Amino acid sequence: MSSIIEIIDASFSYDGYNKIFEGINFSVEKGDIFCILGANGTGKTTLIKCLNRLMELDSGKVLLNNQDIYSLSHSEIAKNIGYIPQIHNSTFPFSVFDVVLMGRAPHLDLFESPGEEDFKIAEKSLESLNISYLKDKPYTEISGGERQLVFIALVLTQEPSVLLLDEPTSHLDFGNQIRTLNIIEKLSKKGLSVVMSSHFPDQAFISANKVAIMRDKNFIDMGTPEEVITEQNMAKTYGIHVKIVDIGDRVACVPLKIK
Amino acid sequence: MIKTIKLKITDVLGNISNKFTAHNISVTILLIIPLVLLFLFSFLIGRYPVSPLDVITALYAKFLPANYSISPSLDTIIFQIRLPRIIAAMMVGAALSVAGASFQGLFRNPLVAPDKLGVTAGAGFGAALAILLSLGGLMIQISAFIGGLVAVTLTYLFSKTFKGTSMLTLVLCGIAVESFFAALIALSKYVADPFQQLPTIVFWLMGSLAAVTNQDLLLMGPPIIIGIIILLLIRWRINVLSMGEEEAQSMGVNIKSLQAIIIVSCTVITASAVGICGIIGWIGLVIPHVARMIVGPDHKVLLPASIILGAFFLLLIDDVSRTMISVEIPLGILTAIIGAPFFLYLLSKSKEVWA
Repeated sequence: MSSIIEIIDASFSYDGYNKIFEGINFSVEKGDIFCILGANGTGKTTLIKCLNRLMELDSGKVLLNNQDIYSLSHSEIAKNIGYIPQIHNSTFPFSVFDVVLMGRAPHLDLFESPGEEDFKIAEKSLESLNISYLKDKPYTEISGGERQLVFIALVLTQEPSVLLLDEPTSHLDFGNQIRTLNIIEKLSKKGLSVVMSSHFPDQAFISANKVAIMRDKNFIDMGTPEEVITEQNMAKTYGIHVKIVDIGDRVACVPLKIK
Repeated sequence: MIKTIKLKITDVLGNISNKFTAHNISVTILLIIPLVLLFLFSFLIGRYPVSPLDVITALYAKFLPANYSISPSLDTIIFQIRLPRIIAAMMVGAALSVAGASFQGLFRNPLVAPDKLGVTAGAGFGAALAILLSLGGLMIQISAFIGGLVAVTLTYLFSKTFKGTSMLTLVLCGIAVESFFAALIALSKYVADPFQQLPTIVFWLMGSLAAVTNQDLLLMGPPIIIGIIILLLIRWRINVLSMGEEEAQSMGVNIKSLQAIIIVSCTVITASAVGICGIIGWIGLVIPHVARMIVGPDHKVLLPASIILGAFFLLLIDDVSRTMISVEIPLGILTAIIGAPFFLYLLSKSKEVWA
């Protein structure tokens, strides 16, 4: 199968010489959920932002459907890649519907405002996540979990083929974490490719089909969750001991107490 | 047949009310009515008595093919004195309000006014300098306009020298440039001839529409109107931009060019407004808030509403300024004296909570 998004020999630095990462390669195919694990500050967020050109690589390439993203405009990228930040706040109390409608921006000209068709697409995104009831509420007054869903709806309104999620579960309660993973899984079944970073190796078991561990400016391992999330790798990555246990319908990664 | 039509109508109406914004658009249209009434009423105010009938006849005779003729003195009063002043008040009010609303969206901060990047202080110094050099009225306007543009250009260039130009650095540089030009204004006052130039500078800085002529409008009107049209065209994108730079970019917005369009338009608008009537504070900050309380934060309706409300407010203020006492009260003083308590009242009434 041909890859939707591919990153080749990528390196990045903020100041020109201290590399955040270098020599990174991976590719994501249709329906993949690619989960990047790693300790705080290893550059997971930076890597994800390089995929839709929010940040630019020092060297290397990002290919979107075999096209170099540096040859594409921001709106062409946004038609294909949706990005969901770790946390988002709005200054102005826009209604949820107005926020979701903003996802139409890449499809509209500079002077255009959304029209009937765009309203329909935005309504559909809200429906697909079962949050139509939020439509008229001010975005600034809904809960963090709801805001996350609204932002996912916004990104779906872009009608992308790739979703980038930066630690989608880190600000959510226990239940919403699993519900969000479930939504991500459903979206991937509809054909979307997902690249996400996470602080929870266990969640990779729940949703991902590809996992990479980022450490010391590179991936130290990449493969299926079962291959990559091992007791040795977790010790190396996080400096703690874990136990990988079979709990019936899946395997789980359980941290042990530090002795 | 009738039933299907009725059904269709309710369908369409339902559709419209679904559209959310539609409700607000009709509010915007409703806002126009008091503006039109105030516009007509403003012709009646002044030392020379003009009756409502005179105004309607005169306007009718001027703009529609009719055979009425009106007396030359009435013609002068209405078209040479009162009309330019009314138009200028509405235009400046609209200009400052729409620039304020756009800047608040651009900087994602409801406390920002259009003078944040130094345009007002720069224009003020431009005017003060022209007065010091004993240049004429036209040159004062042009010099004010240029001063405003120079100040914002300086702000932009300074912010460029910092790494990672963000909107925050731009505002910080704007504050520095603003105080620099404020100091230059103070210096101009200090060195000015205290009997001739100083009062001129002081009055000019407090803002007045007393001396506005049709020629002023022809000079400063076009840049204001063009700037407003550009902002209106891109107004929906300001929503997207106000979600944050990174978010907007990931939604496909070319943020650099959009920011540049907004800054240039607002600067040209504000500099021209200051050129017409001096410095009038407060409107650019308050009117967008009032508009937001009425139509909500969606810039698609917020910008038109700000334009209408701004035009209404400054026209009202100017009417008050020329009738309250026998001497005209400078506009800058009135906008604050009337605007500030009114704004506090609205704030205490509004449900909006700023996080």
